[in-house]
Parts: sequence; C-alpha cells; structure tokens
Amino acid sequence: MFKVSRYVFYDIIKNKIILGYTLFLFVVSMSMFRMEDSNKKAILSLLTIILIVIPLVSVVFSTIHYYNSYEFIELLLSQPLSRTRILLSEYAGVCISLLSSFFIGLGIPVMLYAFNPTGLSFLFTGSALTMVFTSLAFWVSVKARDKARGIGTALLLWFYFALIYDGLVLLILFSFSDYPLEKITLLLSALNPLDLGRIFIMLKMDVSALMGYTGALYKDFFGSMSGMLFTSGIMIIWIILPLWLSVRKFKRKDL
Amino acid sequence: MTRFYLLILSLVITSRVLSNTIRVGSNEKLKTIKQALLLAKSGDTVLVQYGIYREGSLTITKPLTLLGIGFPVLDGENKVENLVISGKDVTIRGFQFRDSRHSSSNDYAAIDIIDATNIRIDNNKIINAHFGIHIANSTYCTVSNNFIKGQAVSEQSAGNGIHIWKSDHATIENNHIQGHRDGIYFEFVTQSVIRKNTSENNIRYGLHFMFSHQDQYIGNIFRNNGTGVAVMYTRNVTMTGNHFEKNWGNSSYGILLKDITDSDLSGNQFTNNTIGIFMEGGNRIKVEKNIFKNNGWAMKIQANCSDNFINYNNFSNNTFDISTNGTMVLSDFSRNYWDKYEGYDINKDGFGDVPYHPVSLYAMVIEQNPSSVILLHSFMVTLLDKAEKAMPVLTPENLVDKQPLMKPIQL
Repeated sequence: MFKVSRYVFYDIIKNKIILGYTLFLFVVSMSMFRMEDSNKKAILSLLTIILIVIPLVSVVFSTIHYYNSYEFIELLLSQPLSRTRILLSEYAGVCISLLSSFFIGLGIPVMLYAFNPTGLSFLFTGSALTMVFTSLAFWVSVKARDKARGIGTALLLWFYFALIYDGLVLLILFSFSDYPLEKITLLLSALNPLDLGRIFIMLKMDVSALMGYTGALYKDFFGSMSGMLFTSGIMIIWIILPLWLSVRKFKRKDL
Repeated sequence: MTRFYLLILSLVITSRVLSNTIRVGSNEKLKTIKQALLLAKSGDTVLVQYGIYREGSLTITKPLTLLGIGFPVLDGENKVENLVISGKDVTIRGFQFRDSRHSSSNDYAAIDIIDATNIRIDNNKIINAHFGIHIANSTYCTVSNNFIKGQAVSEQSAGNGIHIWKSDHATIENNHIQGHRDGIYFEFVTQSVIRKNTSENNIRYGLHFMFSHQDQYIGNIFRNNGTGVAVMYTRNVTMTGNHFEKNWGNSSYGILLKDITDSDLSGNQFTNNTIGIFMEGGNRIKVEKNIFKNNGWAMKIQANCSDNFINYNNFSNNTFDISTNGTMVLSDFSRNYWDKYEGYDINKDGFGDVPYHPVSLYAMVIEQNPSSVILLHSFMVTLLDKAEKAMPVLTPENLVDKQPLMKPIQL
C-alpha cells in the first residue's frame, strides 16, 4: 500500500502545480505576517486563505489528479491488489502531498510568527480541511466517469460549502429569529466543515465576546475538551464518510 | 525681604508651639488611638507607631492629623466601620485598614466621611473592606495615593472602592483600586477631579458616574473591569488621557455614555474592549484624538445621539469600527483614520478622495439579528460587505467620513 502511495507522492512532487501551490501559500502567508502590524490581523487575513483557497485547490487538484491517473489506476488493477487498497493508496498519496505543501507553505510561517493556541488551531483546521476536501473530490470523481462533469461537480461542491451554505444559514437565522437558535446553529455548523473550522478558529481568537449569548454558549462548548473532541470527531466523519462512499462505489464500479 | 522670612519663621514656630504631637504605640504612654483622640485638641497631630489596633470604630470630629508610622493596622474585625470622620481639616496618612464590616443592606465603609470639609486621606492601604472610602455630603475632600483592595464576590453583596455621594470639589488622585463592585463611584458630585488612578478587576464598573456635572477625569487606567466605565446623566464632563483596556466580555464596554451632554472625550486609548465607546443619548460630545485598537466594536453610537464631533481618531484593528441601530445620523464623523479604508489620495493633501462608510453591512445585520454573528469572517459575509461598500443600500448613508485620513495621526 505504501509503495503505491509513494509512487503517487513522487509523481505529484514532480508536478509543478503542487510546487506553485506551496510557493503561493508561503509567499502569501509570509507577506501577511510581515505586512500587518499585528499577528491577529494577519491570522484573520490568512483565515480567508484557509477557508477559500485550501478547499478549492484540494478539491480541484484531487479531481484532476484522479482523472489524469486513470490509466495508472487501470494498470494497478491488473496487478494482484485489492481495489480498496488502490483507492486508499491514491488518496493517501494525494493527501500527503497536499498536506506537506500546506505545512511548508503555511505551517512554517505560522510557527515562526504565531506559535500560540490560535496558530495551532489554524494548522489543525487547515490540515483537516485539506483532507476533507480531498476526500470529497475522490467521491465525486469516482462517481462521475466524465472528467468535465467530475470537475464541475467538485467545483459546485466547493461553491456550496464556501458560499451557498452560509447564505442558507443566514436565511434560516433571519426567518426564525424569534426562536432560540443557539443549538440549531451549532448543529448547522457541524454540517459544513468550513463553518466548523471557521468557528473553531474564531473562538480561539477570542472574538467570542462579540457574539453575545451565542458566543458564550459556543465558547463553553468549543472551549472545553468535549468541544475539541466534537470538532475533531466531526472533521474525521467528514473525512471518512466521503472516502468510504467512494471506496464502496469504486469496488463495484465497472471500469 | 529678611523681615518677611522672619515673619514666616515666627509663624511656623508659633504654629508648632500651638499644635501638639501626641504619640501612640505599645512603647508609648498612650496605648490606644481612642485615648489619643480624646486628649487631642483641634489642630493636633496624632502619631501612631506600628502595631495592630483593635479598638472598634474610631470617630474623629475635630481638626486633626492622624499619622501612621510603618502602616499601623486598624482592624475592624469584620464588625465595625474602622474610622468615621466628620467636621473639617482632618488628615489621615499612612494606615492600613483591614476587615471592615460587611453588609448587603447598609453601606459600611473602612473610612466613612460624612458632613465634612477639607479632609485628606493620603497613602493608606485598605484591605478587604465593604466600601473602601465612603464620602457623603462633604466638600473639598482629597483621596490620594491609596491602595484599596476588596474581595468582592457578587454584585449584590459587594461595595465600592471609593464612593462619593452629594459632594463637591473632591480630588481623587493616584489611587489603586481593585476587587470591588465599582472602583470609583460618583453620584451628585460636582466640580471634582479624578486623576491618574488605576481601577482594575472590579466586578462591575471601573468608574461609575451619575449626575456629576463639571467633573474631570484625566489620565486614569481602567482595566479588566466587569463592564468598564459608565458615565450617565451628566453634562460638562472632561475625560482625557485615560486608558480603557481589556474590558472584554458579553456586556463589556470601554466606556458607556448615557445621556451625556456638552462633554469632551479626547486623547484616550481604547484597547481590547468588546465595545470601545457605547453612546446613547449623547449630545454635543467632542470625541477627538482617541486611539481605538483591537476592539470588537470601536464605537456603537445609537441613533438618538446628536451633534457629536468624532474627528481625528485612529481606528485600527477593530472587528467593527462603527455600528448604529438606525438610519438617523446627526453626528460628524469626518477626518478620522480608518485602517480599513481602501481609497486613494490623488492630490496628496492627506485626505482620501473617496468617502469612507465606517458602518459595515454585517455590523447592521448583527445589530438586527445577534445570532448571525456566527457567520463572521465567512466568505459570504466578506462578499456582502464588499458589495455594500461599492454601492451602499442598507447602511446609513449619512454616516460617512468625507475626508478620511490616509495616515494615522501621531498621538
């Protein structure tokens, strides 16, 4: 299994796109930290990167990679290897390469300039989101045979999580503003890994005081150990569930 | 000239002769302060050596100077008010007041000053008092260089550090107050000065201020208090050079201004507060040359405020700069520095050429629906804000800085 993952990893490393991605993250985060007079503001700007760029790159890169290595997968299938193993190795290879560029590009500057709970929660969220969106991309690409359709769906998924979902939440909040919505919003945030990650970082940045009653409730929840477990647990579900679905599909698929 | 000096000298000598010094201490003839106070005549000085004095409540009604050497302890044993002063010309210096009586219905204090004039409380320590210093119906009182530390637990059972009621010409200077309900409390106190005090970790307000006209507070530090500073129902207050820091929490304000008129709020620093300034019913207030940094909301200014001048302030690193609850804006917001300003300055006169709207759309949204704050910093909210900035529809049109500064003011 690791042998295949290693092949995938080396193959991706040779690719210039991943190098560009690393360089982009590194330059952006370094310049943010150097430019802004306080780390807090830099982290805030980087939050946008984490919430927009990382999911987008993860999802698009993984989808394209899957379709491009279709022949390689077919070749592997002719070997005495189980299908589960092949797909998981592919996933691991892509994930490891994306994660390593994340940690080099963003991790090093964050460690240098903001080595504190906020910075660490930042790295945690970023890596979790990378894995979540890679996993989602695999599910989409296993499902759709057509490349254009696969990439389109992947982009749509990203669009949904980054933008449409929050719009819907805002709509719900306004339509039911007469009711106590704290618990509901907590549940709603769990249904979107981006929201979950954002709230997790935000509460670490101590903006909870702005959030009034909702903030106090969230702070109690996310600040505690059980909140940490909840966040990690939900993130893991978000990683495992699409991956499991794609493995299941891949096993039965007529390639 | 020599004759003048001689005159002064003789005056000093005669006054020395006229006023006696009475010594109290375990090695002296007089063992208790009570005896000394009985013996003392007007204008005398009572010198108290270090020791622990458990004499119940002491009362001073004549002009006296009470000096402690090495901070002798006046222990109230949680039963009495340590010291009650009325009359005039009393100076208390160098004592440690400990464990005064606590009550949830009466205002017991370590030092209770009532119906007095020209009282000086200088360089004392007041530890675990219900009220630290309670001044009522008095004039020309000075409270300076005291260290007041309470152990307040809840708002209902706690007292204030320095509490002044219906007085005038009070001076509160260089005190350090912590752990009380309100650090400094002023009600019906006029023409008074609060200067260079530090009020921190109090469970309610660092400074609480009501119906107290023509007062000044200058150069104080209010840090980490439950709800910051509240100034209410007052006119002609001068508030300059103060630091409002770390008043952080669900209902915390750097300063809460309610029904304040004709006042001056300039040269202050607001850092790390949930809300820097909350203004309700404020008229003709000058808010100038303040620094707003790292606050949740730098200013919340309600629609019922009018004719305020908010100029030459630096707004940097706040989550929201200004927020308001309506569309009516009757105050002037020009010539401030906003770090979120993205305009340009072609003619290089230091003012941006594009007007700046400091109220973001999302600040308005949160005002209407507080729970939507959980979408803060999300991509959608950023987009909405940008769209609104380009074409203001929902944010108040008049709340605009037509001459935003390109660079922060050096303060």
